[in-house]
Amino acid sequence: MDIFIQQVVSGLATGGIYASLALALVMIYQATDVVNFAQGELAMFATYICWTLIHAGLQYWAAFVSTLAIAFVGGVVIERVVIRPVENAPILSIVMVTLGLLVICNSIAGWMWTYVQKPFPSPFPENPFKFGNIVFGAHDLGEIQVTLLVLLCIYLFFRFTPLGLAMRAAAHNPVSSRLVGIRVGWMLALGWGLAAVFGAVAGMMVAPVLTLEPNLMGGVQIYAFAAATLGGFTSPGGAVLGGFIVGVVENLVGTYVGFIGTELKFTVALAMIIVVLLVKPTGLFGTTVVKRV
Amino acid sequence: MSALLDVQALEAFYGRTKALHGVSFSMARGGITTILGANGAGKTTTLRAISRMVRTTGTLRFEGEALERKATEDVVQLGIAHAPEGRGTFVHLTVEENLRLGAWGRRERGSLKDDFERVFGYFPVLRERRRQAAGTLSGGEQQMLAVARALMLRPRLLLLDEPSLGLAPLVVREIFRILRTINQTGVSILLVEQNAALALDLADHVFLLETGRVVMEGPSDVLRRDDAIRRAYLGY
Amino acid sequence: MSGSRLPRLVGLLSLLLAACALPFVLSNFRLFQFSQVYIYAIAILGLNMLTGYNGQFSLGHGAFYAIGAYVSAIMMDRWNIAYGWTLPVAGVLCLVVGFLFGLPALRLEGLYLALATFSLALAVPQILKYFEHWTGGSQGIVLSKPNAPFGLKLNPDQWLYFVTFAVLVLLFWLGANLLKGRIGRAIVAIRDNHIAAEAMGINTALYKSLVFGVSAAYTGVAGALSASVIAYVAPDSFNVFLSVTLLIGSVIGGLASISGAVFGALFIQFVPNWAQDISKAAPWAIFGVFLIGFMYLMPFGIAGGIRLLWIRATRSRVPQEGRSAVPTQAHTTT
Repeated sequence: MDIFIQQVVSGLATGGIYASLALALVMIYQATDVVNFAQGELAMFATYICWTLIHAGLQYWAAFVSTLAIAFVGGVVIERVVIRPVENAPILSIVMVTLGLLVICNSIAGWMWTYVQKPFPSPFPENPFKFGNIVFGAHDLGEIQVTLLVLLCIYLFFRFTPLGLAMRAAAHNPVSSRLVGIRVGWMLALGWGLAAVFGAVAGMMVAPVLTLEPNLMGGVQIYAFAAATLGGFTSPGGAVLGGFIVGVVENLVGTYVGFIGTELKFTVALAMIIVVLLVKPTGLFGTTVVKRV
Repeated sequence: MSALLDVQALEAFYGRTKALHGVSFSMARGGITTILGANGAGKTTTLRAISRMVRTTGTLRFEGEALERKATEDVVQLGIAHAPEGRGTFVHLTVEENLRLGAWGRRERGSLKDDFERVFGYFPVLRERRRQAAGTLSGGEQQMLAVARALMLRPRLLLLDEPSLGLAPLVVREIFRILRTINQTGVSILLVEQNAALALDLADHVFLLETGRVVMEGPSDVLRRDDAIRRAYLGY
Repeated sequence: MSGSRLPRLVGLLSLLLAACALPFVLSNFRLFQFSQVYIYAIAILGLNMLTGYNGQFSLGHGAFYAIGAYVSAIMMDRWNIAYGWTLPVAGVLCLVVGFLFGLPALRLEGLYLALATFSLALAVPQILKYFEHWTGGSQGIVLSKPNAPFGLKLNPDQWLYFVTFAVLVLLFWLGANLLKGRIGRAIVAIRDNHIAAEAMGINTALYKSLVFGVSAAYTGVAGALSASVIAYVAPDSFNVFLSVTLLIGSVIGGLASISGAVFGALFIQFVPNWAQDISKAAPWAIFGVFLIGFMYLMPFGIAGGIRLLWIRATRSRVPQEGRSAVPTQAHTTT
C-alpha cells in the first residue's frame, strides 16, 4: 500500500508536467485548430535559457521567473512574427510551420549548448519527506505545488479578469470578438505567450529529473498528446486532469506490470491514445464541435 | 449638420465576387434608417462593409471620419455597434460575460454598473438569466442579448441585422418597441430587415436594395403609402 | 481545350525523355538519389490521395512504407523471390491493410485521425523489433541490388533507376486517371462536404476506406522499391520521422496535386543535403527555415503556387485579396 501511495504521488508529479504541456497544446488548438508541434522544443529552449541564467550567477527562483517572462515574450513574438504570415493558410500549412519551428529550435539548441547532457538544479531540498513508512521525494512534492500554483493563477486569470475573458472570447468566436472591439490577433499572441510559459514550467520541472539536453521534451510531448487526447483537446481543464491521470497510470504500470521496460517507453502513452480514440475520440471532457453545414 | 453616416459608390467583394455595385446613401444623426430587400440583395453585406468585415471600394464616412482603412476593432471604438446576422452570441459564456464583452471597445473606462442597469431595464429577462450560459437562452432572448450587448458599447450608431429572424411576432414587436425607446435616447439605428412591415413602421427612412444596387429610397411613410412600390418590392 | 493540351503533352514527353537520358549522364550516386526521389514521389502521391484529395489526415504513412519494404525484403531474403514480384504483393497487402485501417478510421475526424496515425507511426519501429524472427530485429535485413536482366549493359543503380521510373510513370498514370474521373470527383466531394456527398448518393464509408487502401498500396509499393534501391531494411529507418517527412513532402509539393508529389519528393530528398552544405553545425535549422519559407511563399504547395502564377499571368487583374473577418473556405484543387 505504501509503495502504491508513493507511486501515485510520484505519478502526480510527472503528471503535473504533462498537464502543463498539454494545457499549452490545448490552449493553442482551441483558438486556432492548430496543434503546435514545436511546443515541447520551445519549452526545452526556455529551460536552456534558465540554465544559462543560473550559470551566469542568478539565484534559482530569480532565474525561474525571468525565464517565464522571457518565454512569454518569446511566445508572443513567435506568434506575431512567425505564425501570423500564414494564419489564413490551410491548417496543414500552419502545422508545417510549427514543424519548421521544432527542427529550428532543436538544431539551434544543439548548436548553442551542444548535445552533451547537462545537470539542471532542482530548487527543492535533497532529503526526502517521510510520513510514517511512506517516502516522498522533495522534488516530486515541490513539482506538484509549482504546477498547481501556476494552474491556479491561470484559472483565476481566465475566469476573473477582463483580459482573460477577452482571450476566451477570441478563442471561442473570433468574428463576434472583432465586433466588440477585441483585437483577436493580439489575443492569439497572448495565448501563445501563456502557452510558452506553461511549456517553460514543464521544462524546468522535468529537467532535474531527465537532465538537460536538446531532446529533453521529445518523450514528454508524446505524453502530453496522450494527456490532451484523454482529457479532450477542446477542454483545458480536461487536458490538465488528463495529464495527472496519464502520469499516475504511467507510473503504476511501470511499477506493477513487469515487461514494460524502457524499450516500450511510449507504449503506455500510445495505448491510452488508441483506447481513447476508439472509445470516445473527444476525450473525457471534450465536446464534439457541431458545425453548420 | 453633417450626416452621421455617408456612403458613396460602395462596392463590396467576397473573394472575387462583387456583392454591392455602387451603393450610395447617407444617414442623419438620431434617425432610424432601414435597408430592405429580398434575400441576397446585399443588405447584410452593407452592414458588413461598414464594420469592415468585407473588402470594399468607395467611400465610407462616419461623423466625417473615413472608415476605409480601418479594421473592425477600430470601427467599434468609434462608436459603431454591430449586432450581426445570427446574433453572434458567445454561446459558452454567461449572459453577464457577453454583456461585459460588449463594453470592451468603449473609449471611456469606468464602472459598467450603470450600463448593466440600463440594459436590464430594457430587457428584464436578461437580469434573471445573467449567470446562465448564453447558448441556453431562447431565440428571442438571444436577440435581446445581442441588442443589449451592442448597447453596452454606448454606441452612437447601432447596426442591426435582421433582428426579427426566427422569432415569434409578439417577441419581435416587443423588441421593436424597445428599439424605438433606445433611439429616443439618441442612438441612431441602421436596421436591415426582411420583414418590411415592421421595419417601415419603425424607421423614418428607407433604402431598397436589389442585387447589390439601391433601387429606391425615401421617407418611410411615403414608401408605405405607394401601392405599386409596396406590391412590387415589399410583397404586400 | 486542345490548345492548352498540346504544349502540356509536349512538355510532359520532353520531361520523360530527359529522365530516361539521365542514367547515361549522372553518377551512380546521383542516380541513387533520383531513384529515391521517384520512390518518395510514389509514396507521397499515395498520401496526397488520402490527405489532399480525400481530406483524411495521416501522420502514419511511414507504417505502410515499412510494411512494403519489409514484405519485399522478407520475400527476397527468405524465399528468394525476385524483386519484381514483391511489388504487386506489397501493393495488394498494403491495400488490404489500409482498407482495414480505414474502417475504424471512419469514426475519426481531422485531429483525432492525425493522432491515431501518429501513434501508429510511433509504434512501428518497436513492432518491427518485436517480431525479430521475421524482421531480423534491430539488425535488419541486408539485401543485394538486382542486376539488369537480359544482359543489358546497365549497372544495378542504372537499372534500378529505370525500374523505379517505370513504376512511377505507371502508377502516376493510373492515379491520374483515377483522380481526374468520376471517382476522383467523388473523393473530393467527400472531402469538401461529406454530408452533401452522402446525400448525393455517394457511399462515403466505402470510398473513404477504399481511398485509404489505395493510398496505402501506393506507399507500400514505394517501400518495396526502396528495399531494393537501398538494399537494406532496419526498424529505425521507419520511425515517426519518415511519416512526418512524407507529410512535409506532401504539403510542400501541393496536397491535392499529382505533380505536387514529385515536387515534394524533390524537396525532401535534396533540401536536407543543401541544408548540410549551408551549415554543418545546425543543418536542420536551415531545413526548418526552408520549410517555413516555402509555406510563406506557397501555402498551397509548389503545385498550388505554380497554378496561382499561371492564373495571374493569364487573367485580368482583380482587386488585391484582403483579410476579411468573415471566414472563407480555402481549399486546394489540382
